[in-house]
Amino acid sequence: MQPLDWTGSLAFLNPVTMAAALALLAALLVQTVLSALAPDTPATAPTRVVAETPRALALADLAVRLLFVTLVILVLVYPMVGALLPPEQGGIIGALTRRFLPVWIALGITFALSVRYKRRLGLYGKLFDSTIGMIGFGLVMFWVFTAIFSDLIITQDVLEQVSRMKNKAPGTALPDGSGWYLLGGDHLGRDVFSRMVAGSRIVILIAPFATIFAFMVGITLGLPAGYYGGRLDSILSFLANLILAFPVILLFYLLVTPEIVQTGMPQYLAVVLFLFPIIFLLTMVNSRFRVNPPRRNLLVAVIVVLGGYVYLSLISEPDSAIAILPSAVDAISMPGNILIVFVSVVFVNAPTVFRIVRGIVMDIKTRDYVAAAQTRGERPWYIMIWEILPNARGPLIVDFCLRIGYTTILLGTLGFFGLGLSPESPDWGSTINAGRKLMTIAQHPAIVPALALMSLVLGLNLLADGLREESLRD
Amino acid sequence: MTDQAHDGPILEIENLSISFFTRLREIPAVMDFSCTVQPGEAMGLVGESGCGKSTVALAIMRDLGRNGRITGGSIRFRGRELTTMPEAELRDIRGSQIAMIYQEPMASLNPAMKIGQQLMEVPIVHEGISKAEARARALEVVADVRLPDPERILKSYPHQLSGGQQQRIVIAMALMSKPALLILDEPTTALDVTVEAAVVDLVKDLGRKYGTSMLFISHNLGLVLETCDRITVMYSGEAVETGSVRDVFDKMRHPYTQALFRSIPLPGADKTRRPLIAIPGNFPLPHERPQGCNFGPRCDYFVAGRCDAADIPMFPVPGDASHSSRCIRMNEIDWDAPPAAPVKGERTPIGAPVLQVADLKKYYELRANALFGGAARVVKANESLSFEAREAETLAIVGESGCGKSTFAKVLMGLETATDGRIVLLGNEVQDTPIEKRTAQTIASVQMVFQNPFDTLNPSMTVGRQIIRALEVFGIGKTDAERRERMLQLLDLVKLPREFARRMPRQLSGGQKQRVGIARAFAGDARIVVADEPVSALDVSVQAAVTDLLMDIQRENGTTLLFISHDLSIVRYLSDRVLVMYLGHVVEIGTTEQVFSPPYHPYTEALLSAVPIADTHVKKKHIVLEGEIPSAINPPPGCPFQTRCRWKSRVPGNLCETSVPPMRQMADGHQIKCHLSEAEFAEMEPVIEIAAE
Amino acid sequence: MLTFLVRRTFVMLLTALCLTFVVFVLTNLPPNLEKLAKTEAGSRISDAEVESWLERNGFARPMLLRYGEWMGVVPGWRNEQDGKVTGRCIQPGQDPATAPRFCGVLQGYWGFSTFFKAPVGEKIAYHLGLTGILMFWVMVVMVPMALLIGVLAGMREGSRLDRTLSTFSIASTATPEYVSGVLLIAVFASSMFGLKWFKGTATGAMNDVTFENFALPVLTIALYGTGYIARMTRASMAEVMTSQYIRTARLKGLSFRTIVLRHALRNALIAPFTVIMLQFPWLLNGVVIVETLFSYKGFGWTLVQAAGNNDIQLLLGCSVVAVMVVLATQLISDIGYVLLNPRIRIS
Repeated sequence: MQPLDWTGSLAFLNPVTMAAALALLAALLVQTVLSALAPDTPATAPTRVVAETPRALALADLAVRLLFVTLVILVLVYPMVGALLPPEQGGIIGALTRRFLPVWIALGITFALSVRYKRRLGLYGKLFDSTIGMIGFGLVMFWVFTAIFSDLIITQDVLEQVSRMKNKAPGTALPDGSGWYLLGGDHLGRDVFSRMVAGSRIVILIAPFATIFAFMVGITLGLPAGYYGGRLDSILSFLANLILAFPVILLFYLLVTPEIVQTGMPQYLAVVLFLFPIIFLLTMVNSRFRVNPPRRNLLVAVIVVLGGYVYLSLISEPDSAIAILPSAVDAISMPGNILIVFVSVVFVNAPTVFRIVRGIVMDIKTRDYVAAAQTRGERPWYIMIWEILPNARGPLIVDFCLRIGYTTILLGTLGFFGLGLSPESPDWGSTINAGRKLMTIAQHPAIVPALALMSLVLGLNLLADGLREESLRD
Repeated sequence: MTDQAHDGPILEIENLSISFFTRLREIPAVMDFSCTVQPGEAMGLVGESGCGKSTVALAIMRDLGRNGRITGGSIRFRGRELTTMPEAELRDIRGSQIAMIYQEPMASLNPAMKIGQQLMEVPIVHEGISKAEARARALEVVADVRLPDPERILKSYPHQLSGGQQQRIVIAMALMSKPALLILDEPTTALDVTVEAAVVDLVKDLGRKYGTSMLFISHNLGLVLETCDRITVMYSGEAVETGSVRDVFDKMRHPYTQALFRSIPLPGADKTRRPLIAIPGNFPLPHERPQGCNFGPRCDYFVAGRCDAADIPMFPVPGDASHSSRCIRMNEIDWDAPPAAPVKGERTPIGAPVLQVADLKKYYELRANALFGGAARVVKANESLSFEAREAETLAIVGESGCGKSTFAKVLMGLETATDGRIVLLGNEVQDTPIEKRTAQTIASVQMVFQNPFDTLNPSMTVGRQIIRALEVFGIGKTDAERRERMLQLLDLVKLPREFARRMPRQLSGGQKQRVGIARAFAGDARIVVADEPVSALDVSVQAAVTDLLMDIQRENGTTLLFISHDLSIVRYLSDRVLVMYLGHVVEIGTTEQVFSPPYHPYTEALLSAVPIADTHVKKKHIVLEGEIPSAINPPPGCPFQTRCRWKSRVPGNLCETSVPPMRQMADGHQIKCHLSEAEFAEMEPVIEIAAE
Repeated sequence: MLTFLVRRTFVMLLTALCLTFVVFVLTNLPPNLEKLAKTEAGSRISDAEVESWLERNGFARPMLLRYGEWMGVVPGWRNEQDGKVTGRCIQPGQDPATAPRFCGVLQGYWGFSTFFKAPVGEKIAYHLGLTGILMFWVMVVMVPMALLIGVLAGMREGSRLDRTLSTFSIASTATPEYVSGVLLIAVFASSMFGLKWFKGTATGAMNDVTFENFALPVLTIALYGTGYIARMTRASMAEVMTSQYIRTARLKGLSFRTIVLRHALRNALIAPFTVIMLQFPWLLNGVVIVETLFSYKGFGWTLVQAAGNNDIQLLLGCSVVAVMVVLATQLISDIGYVLLNPRIRIS
């Protein structure tokens, strides 16, 4: 079989696209420089006279807009037309687009539904008023769906090594003619594309959950620190600062080592950390239904039984320091090295969340509705969880998105240093690490996961930015 | 500076329209607004929040922000058109010929720059004078705004000054280049009453001294009466009436102006015999303004088909060219007819004492650092408070910031425990019982209504849910259905439609939120309600309605109302007895009559004089307190008021500086904490007199 | 002010004490020690031999005591075996009688690196110096760039310039060093586009810093930090620009330049200053990644080597230095904040 090139039979468009891209870049530069030099108009926007923009700037604006639209259309032609052509003519871009078909369908449905009902969806709906937010959301959902459908998307087994495909360029056909390595082969002859797709699953599974746990810990400790203040606050803040004073990388090197896993420490840490969501839920229910004991007892019982089961099955691991549940009922299995990665990421993030929550609580607790709750005899935890926390949700949601991005970066860092995860693991950090050593020979094994990681984090940052802007709007 | 010789009006605004543009629509903020300011004249611009008065001011300064745009009309300053003036020329005018003063003095000063620099900058930029000259000018102006030790002030940073001093600096800054026009946007709203009075006094004097014209923007009619020559009343983006202050106050020709005056408590109003008349309905949102007259839907004189037919222009009032009104039926209405006021039911008889406070003290210890301790400083927030409140009585607690009224409320509610003394609440001693230890019934029987309507409800819970929660906590109702029913009844009680139960607080106006707050306070059939400035953050027309509601509920339930306020007008209107506090001390207590007539405590006297009254028939004695309210962390020795008291020289020796005066029995139930002799008390004159018509 | 300094320093020392202890415990866990024994005394020794090796070399004593020894507040251990006295403070071949009683960090004795076979103190000092050069250039590139971007973007919120610059800073915060480093090497130092403008390794820079061998590592670290600082600066600047006193300044008739330079800048830079200082733990991260990626044998590289080779003393030393650097910058940031902010300074 023929090796594929990037654009296949659409290659004739390449010079046009290149020219458009370069022209856009130039126009953008001119526009930015001109607008920086332009006289001060916006802040005191004058009257009926529309802001008299200098001619050159207006021209640059127009050029940017036209070129941008042209470029977008051109760039869309490659995958869309390419996907419809047979593989040999559609090129790598076309083939990639086809592989991601389930993702496109899912994205299409999500966007169509969300835009249709955006007025009824609160803050989430408002996201679709902001271009930045939509782009960010699109990027994030792309990777979420990729993770979900990764089994459908990958072309090769993640661990399969084909020795003749070592460091081969993107588009190289397999020797047996069964297909192509769309994004080339790595130093062991594995398919870079499939590994990148499979790697998304690891990130999409760990990053949000670790962030949720970090939030649980941060909120459960930040609420009382901010609300009560005084000595409790001083002590908790001191502890938080203690952790924050560790350079993250050092903490990883100290925590995420095989020796630590041997001591069983990750499990002991997990015993403490995983307790927080249950404590939080119990406090929440108890404070709310304090005045209605029967209902409270019922809910508490449900939480203790269900939460307790999940908790036990999370922390207990057969043949390790903590093996409470027999393996038959142990539903969730987390191997020690994954657990330590998870725990250490939570550990790094929780103090920052704590500080944010504490700050917001200190602000909100001076509000009259908190005083009103106090004067009708509400208990402190009711006030913290039901009066203060819901009103802190705006900044917390924004930070949550940013923090998932940060966690993704941390996971990559761990992989990059070969900490925690196994060396064959297809996660992006590890693959970047493996690829970077041979940068002079083949660049794609490192670049592909690098770009993947960057686009996910960028998506999360843009999403957070969009959310921040929209939540500030009212 | 080119046309200093211009001798027409300083400012002419003609048919000005301003809109703000949002993503969804254009929101007209000001429509067809005209007014002129003559040299040396002070023009008052009055209206409720959202009526567009500040927008007019910003349009004159051409500082409407990114979304605001002038969509029509003209603004001429000394004959020069401002709306189309290029930015560079505009900069020459700003600060040198037109200066502006705003509400928040602290926020208007650069925190990282010394006062001197901020002042000197103005003439250096506009007149190009040397630093030394500018400094000399700054010293002079700072002395002019009556600040002590100008040298030191120039060297300090804004945060080192008190609120009143900061506002004086802002005024000084505006006067640095001797502007022809001074725009004051609610310059005293953030200040205490006595400080406000001094600042207003200063502005008046300086206006005269520098010959500056003024545009004075305020929501307070009394303040405008004291400072201005002419007045323009605005409603919902339009000027509705304009004329000389006397004409508008005494011969108003627009139903809104009339309604406004009928809804504010003037001396002579009385909660049973001459109650306030609230303006029905709500202020229209900018995009929901009605056809025709904006005030139509709330107007008593509304005639369908005429008032809502077409836009209504300003008509001159017959026989008075300088007085005009935007009312199509101006000549048909009998403006002197007394209001058909519903006479409220009889005053409920005052019952037995429900709350007794004896010698209550509350001290706080401030520590520099929570973890390591550090030197503790004691704040004496309440110092020997004694009084009692009876069933169905309204007891007003009057005082300015830092007087300890909020601390007292906290101790009464059980959020803090007393340092010393006793509080007997419905027969139980509660001074040492924090709220967690009180029974649900005790808690339910004392409840609070808060000041800030935008803060009083939890923004992320529905109105109904918030009331139901209070019912749950107070243990009222056995089932959810019962509690729901009771919640709906409470909404009825505060005259809100039942469908409000499902609304979120942000969908409610300020007055409606305050009503929900009241409903919540009465959820457990409260016997005592502490109302902490419940109406001071509301617009004038809404104030009357909310006050009225409180009175109604009190009448029906025989509730005791502790009404905390700094506004003596409203206190005089609704309270039975008054308690005046200063720096943690009760300085005077008595029935409303007793407190509002001589003999006074010197502080009460000053307070009475400081409160602006929107009535041309009232003659007030002019008493201006010098200095600031001392801090409770570092109170003066002896009498707390001695630092500002104008009677101090009458007391022999240094008695005032050394010993706290005793509580003196003046008449039955009237007590004053003062060293003055009987003779001196006897010679005190009334502060407020109503001239015969 | 003085009491503030004293208190702040006290808290810092307390933090340092806690942190060094934690680090000490984490590097001296039983499995680490066992591994050490095996690397030092042969990998096939039995458990009993491990025990006795640890016993002989003073590793079997209680953790707290050994921490004290390491700190130099507890006398170093001495063992007498076969008439030969060995001890923590006795150099090989030294007469036990002349050896000092205490030898720990406080006395300037940081231990001996088992991997480099050199005293830890010297080793760290040398590599820290190399990292210092790197950090210096990173700061020179990053701080002015970030502040400029932030101020320009924030002074006219929502303008074109703002949108362009904000997009740049968001993108740069989304690009961790290991991603930007890889991309930069691919583009500028590999055969991919044939642009071999720079070198993909910075080993040469250890002796001789040139633009060619140092540009990429410096840029890689600077890029990630720039975005973050620029966004903070922008937010702070934008907030200041909408504040009332800027309106006051505008309505005084000052020009936009004067407003930005005289009124806004100082207030807007207070927050970023703290951020820059608190960036240090992050920068340290970047340093470790970049030094590994570009094989520049600085402090970060040393740390990786120490951790990878179970070099307990060296890792301990590196950790202490890292933590102390972070704490020192925190202290500077606190003091700087107070000095920059007259509202706090004078009260």
